[in-house]
Amino acid sequence: MARKEYAFYPGCSSQKGASASNYLTSVESMCKTLDIKITEIPDWNCCGASISYAESGELPRHVMNARNFALAESNLPGQDIVATCAACWLGARESKERLEHNSALMADTQEALKEAGLSIKAIPEIKHMVEVLIEDLGYDELKKPVKKPLDGMKFAGYVGCQTNRPFGIHGESFENPVYLDKLIETVGGEAVPYDQKVTCCGGALAFSEPDKAQAQIKDIIESAYDNGAEMLVTPCPLCQANTEVYQGQINKKYGTKFNMPVLYYSQLMVLAYGGTAKEAGLDGNVIRARKLEAFAAK
Amino acid sequence: MAEKKHAAYICSGCGLGERLDIAALEAVAKKEGKMQVVKTHPFLCSAEGVAMIRADIDDEGVTHAALCACSRRAKTEAFNFPTTAISRGNLREGVIWVRPDTEEARETTQEMAEDYVRMACAEVKAMTQPAGNPNTGTNKTLLVVGGGMSGMTSALEASKAGYKVVLVEKTGALGGWAAKLYKRTPTREPFKAPEDNGVADLVAQIEADANIKVYLNSTIAKTAGAPGRFKVDIAMESGPTVTEDIGAIVQATGFNLYDANRLPHLGYGKTPHVVDQAGLEALAKAANGGVIKRADGKEVKSVVFVQCAGQRDPSGEHLPYCSGYCCNTSIKQAMYFKDANPDVDTVVLFTDLRTPGNGEDFYRSAQNKGVIFSKGVVSEVVPNGDACTVRFHDLILDDKDARIEADLVVLATGVVPNSGVNIDAVAAPAAEAAGSEEGAEAPAPVVEEKPISILNLTYRQGPDIPQFKWGFTDSHFICFPYETRRTAIYTAGPVRRPMDIAQAQEDATGAAMKAIQAMENAGLGKAAHPRAGDLSFPTARLEGCTQCKRCTVECPFGAIDEDEKRFPLFNESRCRRCGTCMGACPVRVISFENYSVNTVGAQIKAVNIPDEFSEKPRILILACENDAYPALDMAAMNRNEYSAFVRAIPVRCLGSVNTIWITDALNSGYDGVMLMGCKHGEEYQCHFVKGSELGRYRLSKVGDTLKNMNLETERVFDLEVAITDIDTLPRKINDYAAKIQEIGMSPFKGF
Amino acid sequence: MSNANEQMAARYKNNFLKEIEEQAEMGEWVKMCMQCGVCSGSCPTNFHPGWDHPPQEIFMMIRAGKREEVLTSNSMWMCTSCYNCYVRCPRKLPITHIMHGIAEYAYRLGLAPKMQPTLHLSQTFWNNCTKTGRVNEVKLTQSLYFKDGFMAGIKKGLEMKDVALGLVKAKRLNIFEALGGGHKCKDIKGIQAMLAKAKELEAKRKAAKAVA
Ligand code: SF4
Ligand code: SF4
Ligand code: SF4
Ligand code: SF4
Ligand code: SF4
Ligand code: SF4
Repeated sequence: MARKEYAFYPGCSSQKGASASNYLTSVESMCKTLDIKITEIPDWNCCGASISYAESGELPRHVMNARNFALAESNLPGQDIVATCAACWLGARESKERLEHNSALMADTQEALKEAGLSIKAIPEIKHMVEVLIEDLGYDELKKPVKKPLDGMKFAGYVGCQTNRPFGIHGESFENPVYLDKLIETVGGEAVPYDQKVTCCGGALAFSEPDKAQAQIKDIIESAYDNGAEMLVTPCPLCQANTEVYQGQINKKYGTKFNMPVLYYSQLMVLAYGGTAKEAGLDGNVIRARKLEAFAAK
Repeated sequence: MAEKKHAAYICSGCGLGERLDIAALEAVAKKEGKMQVVKTHPFLCSAEGVAMIRADIDDEGVTHAALCACSRRAKTEAFNFPTTAISRGNLREGVIWVRPDTEEARETTQEMAEDYVRMACAEVKAMTQPAGNPNTGTNKTLLVVGGGMSGMTSALEASKAGYKVVLVEKTGALGGWAAKLYKRTPTREPFKAPEDNGVADLVAQIEADANIKVYLNSTIAKTAGAPGRFKVDIAMESGPTVTEDIGAIVQATGFNLYDANRLPHLGYGKTPHVVDQAGLEALAKAANGGVIKRADGKEVKSVVFVQCAGQRDPSGEHLPYCSGYCCNTSIKQAMYFKDANPDVDTVVLFTDLRTPGNGEDFYRSAQNKGVIFSKGVVSEVVPNGDACTVRFHDLILDDKDARIEADLVVLATGVVPNSGVNIDAVAAPAAEAAGSEEGAEAPAPVVEEKPISILNLTYRQGPDIPQFKWGFTDSHFICFPYETRRTAIYTAGPVRRPMDIAQAQEDATGAAMKAIQAMENAGLGKAAHPRAGDLSFPTARLEGCTQCKRCTVECPFGAIDEDEKRFPLFNESRCRRCGTCMGACPVRVISFENYSVNTVGAQIKAVNIPDEFSEKPRILILACENDAYPALDMAAMNRNEYSAFVRAIPVRCLGSVNTIWITDALNSGYDGVMLMGCKHGEEYQCHFVKGSELGRYRLSKVGDTLKNMNLETERVFDLEVAITDIDTLPRKINDYAAKIQEIGMSPFKGF
Repeated sequence: MSNANEQMAARYKNNFLKEIEEQAEMGEWVKMCMQCGVCSGSCPTNFHPGWDHPPQEIFMMIRAGKREEVLTSNSMWMCTSCYNCYVRCPRKLPITHIMHGIAEYAYRLGLAPKMQPTLHLSQTFWNNCTKTGRVNEVKLTQSLYFKDGFMAGIKKGLEMKDVALGLVKAKRLNIFEALGGGHKCKDIKGIQAMLAKAKELEAKRKAAKAVA
C-alpha cells in the first residue's frame, strides 16, 4: 500500500490533450516517486470555476461540486480529495464551506443530488496538491528523493491568486507566501525575490479582457526578468497558461522580447528526482525550457 | 554639623581593575582630590563593600563619600546612605564601556577615568546632605473641583483609598454633561447598544459616602498656600464663604459645547430643525425610548448627522482639533432612532469616522442596524419647507453637489475646555507670537471672551493652571498625563484634552491617585514628580539678590512668590527641584544643598586640561539627567563607543544650567561644550515642561559671550536628546569631537 | 426595462441598499463597508484604465441609491477573482463574491451591458461545462471568438493563431475535440437532471425573496 492515498480531482484543464495536460503528466510521475497514490474520482465533473457565476447562479455551482464530493465519498471512502488546479481547489473549498455553514443550501443541494442518485454524508477534506506535499509530507520528505539538485538555476516562484487567496496555504501570508520558494529550494534551485509574486495574471479575463490581463502578465514577467530569473514556476494551470502563451502577443504589443519558460513546481520535482524530460512533461511547454531539457538529458 | 570627613571609594569590579590603573586613580583621589580616606574594593556594591563604607561612616566619621565605580543611576539601593553626601565617579558607563579595549586607547581611557575621579571628589566636597523641607503641611484632604463624571469618579476613588474629599460643584446638581444624556455609549461587552448614563449610580454612591463633603452651587473664591497646606475659600451661592484645609486638588471642570451659533451655514439658528448633539439628547430624553419628535412635535422620519461641525477646521475660524467622542455619540444617537423605529432613515456624514477603543464594535452594530455612513463634507444645510436639505461633497463618488433631505439635522460640534484664565495670555500677549503649526493662524477662537478663574490661586504667576494648546490645561502629555505645572494640582477629564466618559473616568482615577501621592510627599517634605522623594530644595542668599525677578518669572511651577520686601519667597512644597531658578539667577545666589553652581562648577574646574599642543581636546557635556544621561548610560550598556575627550556632568534640567558654567569652561580651556536636553516647544518632552525651553533661550545668548572671547560659535553646541537616542547619541558626540578637532584647540588653555 | 427589473424597482422604491441586501448573493455585506478604500487600492484591474468603479465606489453608489448606474455598470464584470480585496478588507467583506453577486443580479434583471465579454464568457463556460459535465476547451474558445459574429471570430482566431498553434504543438489543445469527441462525463443525464433541479430550487428561492 502507498503511504498516502487520495481521491484525485484532476479538473478539466488537466485532462489528456487539454491545456494543462503536462501538469498531470508531471504530477503522476512525482506522486510515484513520493509513493502517493492518487485515484481519479470516477466520473467527476467540472467544478464550474469561478467565472461561471453569472450564468450558474449560486446553487447550481455548489451542486456541481457537491456531485464530486458525493462521488469521492462513496467510491473512495476515507480519502481526502486532492486537486491540482488552483481554481478547482478554491471552488470546491468554497462550496464545502458554504454548504457546511448553511443548512438550507445543503438541503437544496441534497435534493438536487438525489436526481443523480447521489447524496452527501460528510464532505471530505479538500486539498491542493501543494498542501499534500508540504503539510502531509513536509519539505524534508520532499528532499529525500532528490538525485539531481537544480543547482545554479534561478526561478521566480509565481504564486498568483488562487492557491493564495482567500484560503491560502496554512501559515503563509497573503502578501508574501514563501511555500513555492521553499519548494524551489528543496529541489536545489534558487528562488529569486521579485515584487510580482502574488499579482493576478488576469485569470479568466485573459479571454474576455485580453488587454488588461496582458498588461498584468507583462508586469509579472518583466519583474521576473529584472530580478534575474530564468524561468517562472507556478502551482496553477491558469497562471501557467496565461503567463506562458501570451508572451508572444505581449512582445508584439509592447516591443518586449519575452521568452521565459513557465513551469509547474511538479515538473521541477520530477527532474530533481531524476525523471526524464518526458516524465516531467517538458514537451508540453509552449516556450520550451531548453536549459531543463539539457539538464534532464544529462 | 560635625566636622567634615571626605572619603573616596574606588571599585575594581566589573572589569574596572583590568582596564584601568587603579593605583593611579587612588593617587589622584588622594593628592588632587584631597580625600582623607581612599579605599579600593574589588566589588564595591557587594554586601561586604557596602559594609566597608557603612563602617567608615559609622566609626570613622566619614560625612562625604565619592564612589568611583559605576553610573549614579546604577546600584542606588546598595549605595543608600541617607545621612552622607554621596557623589559618583562614573568609571564604568562613563569610561570603560564606551572605550575600546586596545593598547592605543589605554592612555586616553585612563585619563578619562582620572578626570572622573577628580570630578567626583570635587563635587562631593561642594555638597551637603539635604535635611528636608521644614516647611511642610500635613493636610490630607483632597479637593475636587467639578461634579461631573470625572469629578465624581476622582472623589469616589480617593475616598476608597481612605482619604477625605471636598467636592465643589458650581451648579445645583451633580452629574455634569452626562446627566443630560439620554444614554451613553457602551462600556461593556458586546459594545453594541447604548447604555444607561450611569450618573444616578455615582450620585448615590457619593451621597452614601461619609468621606465626601459636597458643596453644590459653589465656586472656589481663593486658593492659597501650597501642597499639604492649601487654604481654599469656597463661595456658596446663597450663604457664607467657607474655608477648607486641603492637601491636594483635582480640577475636573470639564467642557462646554462649541457654540453652534457660530455655524450659521449649517443652519443652526435659522431653523429649529437643526440641533447640536445636546439638543438631540434633550429630544431623546423627552421621547424616552418612543419615537423621537422634533421641537414642533413632528415625528422624525429622516435624520442626518453632520460630523466635525466646526471641528478639525484648518481655516482657523473654528476648532482646529478633533473632540474624539462625537463620532461615537452620533452613532449612539442614530441608534436612538433605529431602536425606536427601524424605518427611520439615518445618515451619518463624516470625513473620517473616529471610533477609538471598542467604538469599532459599536460602529459595526449601527451598520447592522441599518444606519448609513457616507464619506462627505457638508457645505451647507438649508431650510427647505418643513425639512432641511443637506448639501455635501460626496468624497467617494466625488459628487460635489450631493444632497439629502432630512426632517432633522444634528451637528457634532465638539468641546471647548472649561479651564479658567489663560495666564500666559494675560501675562504676556506678545509671547504668543512664536509660531505653532496647526493652531498658528487661529489665535485661539477657543478662549472665551472673559473667562472666569476657576481656582483663584494666589500664586504670583496667575490664578489658574497654565494652558497648553487650544485652552486645554498643560500636562506632560507623553509621559505624565495628569501632571500640571502646579504641584499637587491635577487636572482630569476633558479640561485636559478631549475625551469621552470612559476615558475621563480612567483619567479621574489616575489623577486622584497622583494627588494622594503628592499630599503624602508634601507631608514628608519631599519633592513630587519627577524628582519624587528628593529632600533638597532651593534657597536664596537674599543678601546678594538684586530683585531681578527672573526666578519668580521663570519657575515653571509657580513655586516662587514675593515677600513684602519684594524678595523671592520660595514655597518649597510647590517646587519640583528642577533648578531653573538657579540657572536663571544672574548673581548666582540660588542653590540646593546638593546641587549648586559650585557643585557643577567645581567638577568643571577639576578636569585636567592638557596643553594646546597635546592634540587632546576637552569637551564638556552637560546632560539632562532625565533623558540624555540615561541615554548615555544605555549607549554604554550597548558598548556604543565614543570619544575619550568628553567629560559628562549630569544636570537636573537644561533649565538649571547657569551660563557661568559655560563661560568658566571656555575660559579654563575647554575646546567645546555640548548641551544635551529634552525636546521643547509644542511637542516638548522636558520633564519640567518649560525647563529645557527656558534653558535654551538663556543659552542662546551665549553667542555674544563667544564673540567677546573671540571664539567660534560652534564651541557651544545645543543638542536635543531623547532617551531612545542610544545609537545616534555616540555618533553625534563623535561628529562633534571631529568638528572641534577641525576647528582647532582653544587658545584659552593654561590661563 | 425588463419586467423583472420594473418589478424590483417598484418594490424597493428608493431603497436600493435593501434591494441588494435581499436579492444579490452576499449583498447583505454591503452595509458593513467602512469606506477605507483598501479594496480599490488592491484591485489589479484598477491599475489599468478601463474600470469605472472599484468595489468601494460600487458599495457607496448602492448606498447613495444609484440603482441604474450600478446595475448597468461594466465594473463588476471586470473582477478577475483575484481575491486581493477579499483578504485585505479590514471589515472582512467577501468583496469578490459581492461583486459576482451584484453582476449576477444585474444579469438576472436583464440590465447587464449587452455583449459584455466576461458575461459572455461566463455563459459560455457554464453552458460548455454543463453540457457534457466537463469543459471542452476548443469549443469554448471557438464560441468565445465568434461571439461578435463570424468575421470578427475569424479575425480574432487569426490573431490568436500563434497561441493556439503553440498549444497544439505542445499537445495541449486537441482540435479533434471540436468534432464532437473529447471529454465528457458518463452520467450526463444524471448531471443534467441534477442541474435542472438545482435551477428550479434556486429560481424558487429567488422568487420567494422577490415577493417576500
Ligand atoms: S556595579 Fe558598580 S559598584 Fe558594583 S562592582 Fe560594578 S562598578 Fe563596582
Ligand atoms: S470625533 Fe468624529 S465628529 Fe468628533 S471631531 Fe473627531 S472626527 Fe469629527
Ligand atoms: S524653578 Fe524649579 S527648583 Fe526653582 S523653585 Fe521653581 S520648581 Fe523649584
Ligand atoms: S533670580 Fe536671583 S537675583 Fe533675581 S530675584 Fe531671583 S534670587 Fe534674586
Ligand atoms: S476594503 Fe472593505 S471596508 Fe474598505 S472600502 Fe473596500 S469593502 Fe469597504
Ligand atoms: S477579486 Fe475582483 S474586485 Fe477584488 S481585487 Fe480582485 S479583481 Fe478586484
